[in-house]
Amino acid sequence: MITTQSRTGKTVRIVALAIWLVITLFPLYWIVVTAVKPRRDIYAFPVEYWPQTFSLENFVNLFAVSNFGTYLTNSIIVSVVAATLVTLISLLSGYVIARFEFRAKSAVLMAFLVTQMIPGFIALGPLYQLMVNLGLVNDRSGLVLVYIAMCIPFSTIMLRGFFENVPDALEEAAMIDGCSRIGALFRVLVPIMTPGIVAAFIFNFVSCWNELFLSVTLMTSDANKTVPTALNGFITSYNIDWGSMSAAAVLTIIPTMVMFAFASKYIVQGLTSGAVKG
Amino acid sequence: MTTTLPERRATPLAAPADGPSRPPASRRRAFTRRRALTIAAFLAPAFVIVAVFTYYPMLSGSLGAFRTWTIYNVAEQPWTGLDNFRVVLSDPLFYSTVGNTIVWVIGSIVPQFVIGFALALWMRRKFRFRGIYQALVFFPWAVSGFLIGVLFRWMFNSEFGVINDLLMRSGLVDSPLPWLATPALAMPAVIIANVWYGVTFFAIMILAALQSVPDELYEASALDGAGKVRSFWHVTVPYIRTTLALTVLLRTIWIFNFPDLIFGMTGGGPGGRTHIVTSYMISITQQGEYGRASALGLIVMLVLAIFAVFYLLATREKKEAYR
Repeated sequence: MITTQSRTGKTVRIVALAIWLVITLFPLYWIVVTAVKPRRDIYAFPVEYWPQTFSLENFVNLFAVSNFGTYLTNSIIVSVVAATLVTLISLLSGYVIARFEFRAKSAVLMAFLVTQMIPGFIALGPLYQLMVNLGLVNDRSGLVLVYIAMCIPFSTIMLRGFFENVPDALEEAAMIDGCSRIGALFRVLVPIMTPGIVAAFIFNFVSCWNELFLSVTLMTSDANKTVPTALNGFITSYNIDWGSMSAAAVLTIIPTMVMFAFASKYIVQGLTSGAVKG
Repeated sequence: MTTTLPERRATPLAAPADGPSRPPASRRRAFTRRRALTIAAFLAPAFVIVAVFTYYPMLSGSLGAFRTWTIYNVAEQPWTGLDNFRVVLSDPLFYSTVGNTIVWVIGSIVPQFVIGFALALWMRRKFRFRGIYQALVFFPWAVSGFLIGVLFRWMFNSEFGVINDLLMRSGLVDSPLPWLATPALAMPAVIIANVWYGVTFFAIMILAALQSVPDELYEASALDGAGKVRSFWHVTVPYIRTTLALTVLLRTIWIFNFPDLIFGMTGGGPGGRTHIVTSYMISITQQGEYGRASALGLIVMLVLAIFAVFYLLATREKKEAYR
C-alpha cells in the first residue's frame, strides 16, 4: 500500500471517490432545488433537474401558513442554552475522568456508556409524568434540562479524550503558582483546548437541534414546538405540502451543516477516540 | 464515590498547599479527602442531572413493564406481573416487527461496512482536497435521521420522485414504482436510505483505524515479498481487527435503536411492513400503552445485551486463535 500506485489504480480510486461524493450530496442538492422551484414545477413528472424558474414562494409560504419563525426561535434558544451548559458541565466531568485515577472511575464511565446503548424510548412515559409534576411540560427550560441530560455522557467522553491529549504539566505549573484547580482548568487548559471545546459544543448543539422524540413528548402546544417537532407535524398531516416542507428542511439543515463542516476535523477526532477507547 | 484513592503520580502536585517534602500523616489524610471532594464536586453536576432526567425515568419505565400502566390510569398503577409481556408476545405484529428488524439491521450494516471499508481504503492515501472531501462526505452526519427520512421520502415519492425518474430515464423500469406504498419495496427503500446515511460513519472510523497502522509493518511485509493483497489480509486486517469488531458492534446496536429514519420516511407503513421493534415501541407509547411499550423495551434490552456478550466472546476467541 506504500508502493506507488498504478495509473489505472489511481483513476479507479478517483472515479469511485467522485461517485460517492455525488451520491452523498445528491439528496441535499435535491431538497435545495425543490425548495427554490415554484409549486407547479415541484409537482411535475418527468422531474426538472435544474429549476427553470427560481422562486422563493415556498419560503414565503412556509412562514405564512405556519409559525415557523416561532419554531426556529424555540430551537435556537433551547439548543444554544442546552449546548452551552452541557459543554460547561462535561468540561468538569471530562477533566476529572481524564486527570484522576479513582476506584469508581470505570463504573462512572460504564454508567455513562450505558445511556448510549439502551433504547431511551422506555423513559419517555415516566419522563413526561416527571415533567408534569415539575410543571415543566411545554416549557423551554424543561426541554433544556432534558437535553442536558441527554448530551452529558457523550460530551464527557469526547472532552475526556481532548484532555488526555494535553500534558498535565501546564496546569500543575499554574497550580504551583497559586492557581486553584478550577482556575487552572479555565485559565490554562480551556484556552489551549478551544478547538476541541468548540467541536464538543457544536456536536451538542447539533444533537439538541435535531432531537425529535423528547421534544414531541414534552412540547405539545404550538407556541413551544421546536423545528423537528413541527416537521413531524407537517409529515403526519394527510397531504404533505412538499414546497413548504423542503423550504423548512433547507432552513433546518443549513445551520448545522455549516457548523459541522467547520469543526469536522475535531468532531472526527472526538468520535473516533471516544469510540475506540470506549 | 470512594474516599480512599490511590495516588496517580510519584510527585503529587495535585494540591497546591502541600510542600514538596513528605507531608505528615494528618496532612496526607487531609490531602486525600480534599482530592476525593474535588472529584466528587466536578462529577456532581453531570451525575445529578443524568440521574434525575435519564436514570430515574429509565428505571421507572422498566418497572412499568410489570404494572398496568396506560395514559388512562396515571394516578394508580397496580402490579400485574408478566401480563404486559404476555400481551406483547401474543401479538402477531411483534413477530413481524422482529423479522423486519433483523432484515433492517443486516441489510443496513453489511453494505455500510463494505462500502465504508472501500471508501476508507481509497481515502487513506493522501490526495489534493482530501480535507475538503472529508468535510463534504461528512454532511449526512449534521442532519437528523428523521430529516434524512423526510428527504428520502420525497425522493422515493411515487408520482413526482426523482428516483423513479432516474430509473425510467436509464430504462430500468417502464413506469413509476410506488416505492413506499408497496410492502415488498418499502423495506428496501428504507434500507437504501439507511445505507446512504451510515456509510460515512464506517468510512471515518475505519480510516482512523487504518491510519493507526504503522508504516514499518507495510515496509517489512513488502521486504518479505508480500503483495498488496497479502499485506492487506496479513497486516491491515489483523491490526485493526479490534476496532472493526467494536465499530460493527456499536453500529448494530445503534441501528437496532434507530427508528428516526423510518419515522420520517414511512412512519412504519405500509401496514406495519417497515416497523422495527423500536419504532413499533414508540407507536405503542403514542397510543398511551406505556406498560406494554416498557415490556417491549425490556425485551429489546435483553436481546441486545445477549447479542453484545456473544459478539464480544466470539470476536475475542477469534483474536486468540489468530495469535
